[in-house]
Amino acid sequence: MRGEKLFSLLLLVLLVITLTACGTEPAANGEEPLEPEIKDLILSTTTSTQDSGLLDELIPIFEEETGYLVKTIAVGTGKALEMASLGEADVLLVHAPEAEKEVEAAGDVINRQLVMHNDFVLVGPAEDPAGLQELETAPEAFAALFENEAGFVTRGDDSGTDKMEKGIWADLELEPEGDWYIDAGSGMADTLKIASEKAAYTLTDRGTYLALKDTLDLDILFEGDEILLNIYHVMQVNPDKFDGINAAGAEAFVEFMVAKETQDLIGEFGVDRFGSPLFFPDAQ
Amino acid sequence: MDFLVQGFIQALRLLLAGDKEVYSIAFLTLKVSGLATLVSLLLGVPMGLYLAVSRFRGREFLVGGVNAGMGLPPTVVGLWVALFFWRRGPLGFLGLMYTPTAMVIAQTIIATPLVAGLTMSAVQQLSPKLRLQILALGASPLQFWWLIIKEVRLGILAAVMAGFGRVIAEVGASMAVGGNVRWYSRVLTTSIVLEVNKGNFSLALALSFVLLLITYSITYLLTVLQQRRRQA
Repeated sequence: MRGEKLFSLLLLVLLVITLTACGTEPAANGEEPLEPEIKDLILSTTTSTQDSGLLDELIPIFEEETGYLVKTIAVGTGKALEMASLGEADVLLVHAPEAEKEVEAAGDVINRQLVMHNDFVLVGPAEDPAGLQELETAPEAFAALFENEAGFVTRGDDSGTDKMEKGIWADLELEPEGDWYIDAGSGMADTLKIASEKAAYTLTDRGTYLALKDTLDLDILFEGDEILLNIYHVMQVNPDKFDGINAAGAEAFVEFMVAKETQDLIGEFGVDRFGSPLFFPDAQ
Repeated sequence: MDFLVQGFIQALRLLLAGDKEVYSIAFLTLKVSGLATLVSLLLGVPMGLYLAVSRFRGREFLVGGVNAGMGLPPTVVGLWVALFFWRRGPLGFLGLMYTPTAMVIAQTIIATPLVAGLTMSAVQQLSPKLRLQILALGASPLQFWWLIIKEVRLGILAAVMAGFGRVIAEVGASMAVGGNVRWYSRVLTTSIVLEVNKGNFSLALALSFVLLLITYSITYLLTVLQQRRRQA
């Protein structure tokens, strides 16, 4: 009989845990004074905006001002754009202008606006076996990587960074393959770690690199070519094309991202930690 | 070594200082995985009992399904649940995508075959004569099942531990259907992934200690219940 009681007790404990857990929603980060019609807003964005910590600073301000609950889904830019084309997101913050224009032309997104930029840099081992430091342009640097078969780690995940890298190879009419060209299939942070472990080169956005610099054995070996600009746009998913889009929320978010106060915050972000900003505001 | 020590110290500090975010993440983790375990218990135990005792055409096929389901990859479950809950998916009208509820559903799907499979094998270890004896003594169906459940308590507790351990440790499904939304659907495993991506290794390590502490405490509680019964 004792065992039976214990068994019932166990069930009771499980039940109590679950019920008490149900009673309290996780703290919604303060009281919301406003109550919009549709509360949930799905923001589909790139990993760099989340991993750098920028969104953790901006989103709570937006939520407090407007009362929306922003569901930030951080994926590669390729997937973020795909989510827009399927109507599975409300608003986008991404960095692949060419691909964005295609989606815009297809009528999947509207109200596309310039937000900010930073730039891509080539990082690698301090010894710089491919000699990138003496080179002037990004295509020269990539050609040197190709000729030397210097180890290179590619994202391989169809992200904005991946699209930038593949675009440069395509312009050079080179097809990198072989042991020296490592396809990580990972986000920026993991790719940087792999490059660091393998003493290989990789293309990275400056923000993620600066945020992780202390944990990596990688130096910036090439930077400053205009074609390596990393440009971020914000845009709404077209509410006329898909059902269930939170159009009002998406519009409010676009306005928020290009507003002067937000732009000022973007320009200051990271200065205290890294000594220089991670993103440069472009909207005003 | 420094990292480990730092992480451990930071974990203690986060817990003792009552870091609001860590507590809310830990609480949601317990809530989601606890609920999923409970539901999988309610579904899996009857399923396991029935499969163990009954004889019907196609039974082997189902048993094979349950056994294979014990190893369902969370990422696969996450993908399927996401496809159903997307706005344009068959269940999109429910509006469950990127909610803790969707995480509970995905984790329940992950844990149920495990609970059912372990319950089934526990029942099958009983002597077949026991079943006959219970029936011969004139037990009603309700009494019959209750006696069987009592007999396999230990096995069911093991199933609960295995199920809970599996869902609290999974990350693929929670990421896919929960979205790792801050203050809303972020659990310990998904926040560990995020902190690693941010390069905050010591915070990630601290969160992993919190996760281990929770998993160990719950499992220990269940073990005490299980072992006490053995000695009685």
